[in-house]
Amino acid sequence: MHEWTLQEAARKVRDKEISSRELTRALLDRIERINPKINAYVTVLHDKAMAEATARDETQAKGEALGVLHGVPLGLKDIFCTRGIRTTCGSRILSYFLPPYDAAVAEKVAASGAVLLGKHNMDEFAMGSSTETSHFGPTRNPWATGRIPGGSSGGTAAAVAAGLCYAGVGTDTGGSIRQPASLCGVVGVKPTYGRVSRYGMIAFASSLDQGGPVTRTVPDAAMMLGVIAGHDRRDSTSVDLPVPDYPAAAERPVKGMKVGLPREYFEVEGLDPAVRGAMEKALDALVVQGAQAVEISLPHTSFAVATYYIIAPAEASSNLARYDGVRYGYRAKVAGGLIEMMSRTRAEGFGAEVKRRIMIGTYALSAGYYEAYYGKAQKVRTLIRRDFDAAFAKVDAILTPTSPTPAFRLGEKTGDPLTMYLSDIFTIPCNLAGIPGISVPCGMSAEGLPIGAQLLAGHFREETLFTAAAAIERALPHPPVAPLEGA
Amino acid sequence: MEFEAVIGLEVHAQLSTQSKIFCACSAAFGAPPNENTCPVCTGMPGVLPVLNRKAVEFTIRTALATSCAVQSKSVFARKNYFYPDLPKAYQISQYELPLALAGHIDIEADGGTKRIGITRIHMEEDAGKLVHEGEFAGAQASLADLNRCSVPLMEIVSEPDMRTPEEGGAYLRRLRDILVYLEVCDGNMEEGSFRCDANVSVRPKGQKEFGTKAELKNMNSFRNVEKALEYEIRRQVEQIEDGGTVAQETRLWDAAANVTIPMRGKEEAHDYRYFPDPDLLPLIVDDAWIDALRKTIPELPAEKVARLASTCGISRYDAELLSSSRALADFFEASVKIYGGNPKVSANECIHWKDAVAAGKISPETIAHAVEDRETGKISATASKTLVELVIRTGKPLRQLREEKGLSQVSDAGALEETVAKVIAANPKEAESYRNGKAGLLSFFVGQVMKETKGKANPKIVQEVLKKKLG
Repeated sequence: MHEWTLQEAARKVRDKEISSRELTRALLDRIERINPKINAYVTVLHDKAMAEATARDETQAKGEALGVLHGVPLGLKDIFCTRGIRTTCGSRILSYFLPPYDAAVAEKVAASGAVLLGKHNMDEFAMGSSTETSHFGPTRNPWATGRIPGGSSGGTAAAVAAGLCYAGVGTDTGGSIRQPASLCGVVGVKPTYGRVSRYGMIAFASSLDQGGPVTRTVPDAAMMLGVIAGHDRRDSTSVDLPVPDYPAAAERPVKGMKVGLPREYFEVEGLDPAVRGAMEKALDALVVQGAQAVEISLPHTSFAVATYYIIAPAEASSNLARYDGVRYGYRAKVAGGLIEMMSRTRAEGFGAEVKRRIMIGTYALSAGYYEAYYGKAQKVRTLIRRDFDAAFAKVDAILTPTSPTPAFRLGEKTGDPLTMYLSDIFTIPCNLAGIPGISVPCGMSAEGLPIGAQLLAGHFREETLFTAAAAIERALPHPPVAPLEGA
Repeated sequence: MEFEAVIGLEVHAQLSTQSKIFCACSAAFGAPPNENTCPVCTGMPGVLPVLNRKAVEFTIRTALATSCAVQSKSVFARKNYFYPDLPKAYQISQYELPLALAGHIDIEADGGTKRIGITRIHMEEDAGKLVHEGEFAGAQASLADLNRCSVPLMEIVSEPDMRTPEEGGAYLRRLRDILVYLEVCDGNMEEGSFRCDANVSVRPKGQKEFGTKAELKNMNSFRNVEKALEYEIRRQVEQIEDGGTVAQETRLWDAAANVTIPMRGKEEAHDYRYFPDPDLLPLIVDDAWIDALRKTIPELPAEKVARLASTCGISRYDAELLSSSRALADFFEASVKIYGGNPKVSANECIHWKDAVAAGKISPETIAHAVEDRETGKISATASKTLVELVIRTGKPLRQLREEKGLSQVSDAGALEETVAKVIAANPKEAESYRNGKAGLLSFFVGQVMKETKGKANPKIVQEVLKKKLG
């Protein structure tokens, strides 16, 4: 039953084919068996999840109105604050943090009737592309446990791919949902900036961060986005627009849709031939169903990674300054005064990648460097956004690879941050422009590693993404759950 | 060589909104430590600021009252630094694009008016408060009280237009009066809701370029600002006259020792790494909003003084005393509307009873009736004072008390004739002496009549009747 889609699971509970308790019990048992192999969960809520499932069954027995995900077990990336449930953000500095409030996403998931199984592993403070920077150890790719699952939402993507939950919610600052989705053979959506409330979602780079669904099918992703999207007065950057019927969009034909192929994305050095081949199949799938391919140009693409690595660390250096050991979280034991306490807390509490980015960001914002770095990066960001505006005047969606390569081996890039940063080369421009993107499985490498196609659309055009991604999914069916050895 | 000082002032005024600037917590002063806090103002992970619209309106009204140009777009920025009273490790403030620019207020200086420019007004949040070991019984470590975190402030920065400590003091008092009139700040310097830092430098008179400035902090009264400026100007002049130079530094005013002492030099200045706060959208203010707020600006102190002095027949001095509080001036105007009479008398009464006015213990009727009854001879000056005091104590209307206590005086000559005749008949010898030219005895007879009437007779009328009867 762990192979059911989210929609199937929701229907079966609603139709009383199975109780929430049975479903939750089954997944908790599976987590117990599988999680030690892949380390997708940092916290499993054994008792709490069963208590919640029991409550859901009671609600249903009373004949009360049910939410769309009534009784279905899900997981959340450990970046979403959950009241009274440890929320670590993959960091030692928050390893004992119990939030006194729920993130907006956690509230919405609970309000939909879902059952929370636990919290997913992630790169520390979402800084990474492999989930290797987590204080709680790396997550492994369910398709090949010697390989990384991508990151930073690697725990979420691996848990969904391994059948350890029916859906998860991750966050995407430069590709952190789409890249692990691609590498784990699942569907991941980075919604338009402002579509999903950031309240209670621990900030990495505030102007880029966005929460979004990770699921095994496109209709599931559409359903899940419908649950978590919507205006929230507690987030000033949240946009007050009605939430469309996303699942309906996943049913619509792709006929007549103009799909742009950005020249610059296919000229990238290091684009794996297997990825290139899978992209051709994805394009064929769209064209066969009546879409029209159009070659386009996004001329500022080559500046995106550099721009991102100024803006994201700059914002992060400020966002992460609050972890000083004064009010909550880890505090170093020191005999000295205040400055020593704060310095030691941060030295011991943060990992190397987080420190690296805090230093880059602090430098970029320093007096005398601000204009040359942060100021310039904001200008380039505007140019990148205009590239997309111009492109979407001609096409409805843009098709690109999600990641230049399938999943790499654990440890392969940890010694070389720059190479690691380049694994997000196709996903970063979308965050800089604030537009929505989706990654959908479109093939396998010779070694049996999943490959994802990325689709991008204009602001608040998530429906276009679901229509196009569903067309690819129909044409190129994908195994529902990774065939883990011994599972 | 003769020197002149160049002074610019930065005022931090706490906005008197109910809630904090970026969350719904109460902004009230004096709650038990950390009671007025929530995840947002204590900087918990993942929380976000939401701008308080009232705080924006208070700042726009201040900008309009000081002739500033309200900016259609302003931006909140983060000022980054580590300190335990600053939970997010950044203060949200406005930096490059403040809410208001280029205003001015006029002050009285050297018998005329002088215009002091306002460079900018911007909004920001306050930090918390630290209490250190030993500061109160049982404190064994430094403790943080985050109640004040995110309380809304506006910073009002003047141009370096002031030349003397007196001008500085006049500017601050005028600014404070404006804020209090607008009801956007309570103006309380001791409680810290109106704080002032000063930038001061000196230069040889006639020189165009500014000298090196020092920034003065920690002055918690108008008098202290003036004293600190006086001291600092003298210190800088002496420094130069002794062949030295003035260092660019921040200095603290030590009110006990009456000196300024160095706090930090230019080298130790922080790099705050300002950048626009990505959690807040740019603040957009349209003309319709500004126009609606413009209608809420009351008559301001300077206009009120001028109008009262020119149209109410009172002196400029009295007009200023009355206008020191908007409520007192309104009270005076309400009172003379009920009874015109001699407005000088009403003004004096309002000023005399200003504490009772502020406490809401007397109404404009109280003063109007007291003044009217005195001017029409119904009560004596003594009775008037007694009656107002009784109103304060009992809360009953003045005229009801006048009747209850029998404090009306008899001004009817006819009613007094009988008593006067009785007194003359009882003192024939004195009457004889008076008629023989001992005019001084008249006051003896007045006294006797007053005694007979238990002080209720109007002494003026008594004199007239006596003169007639004895004459």
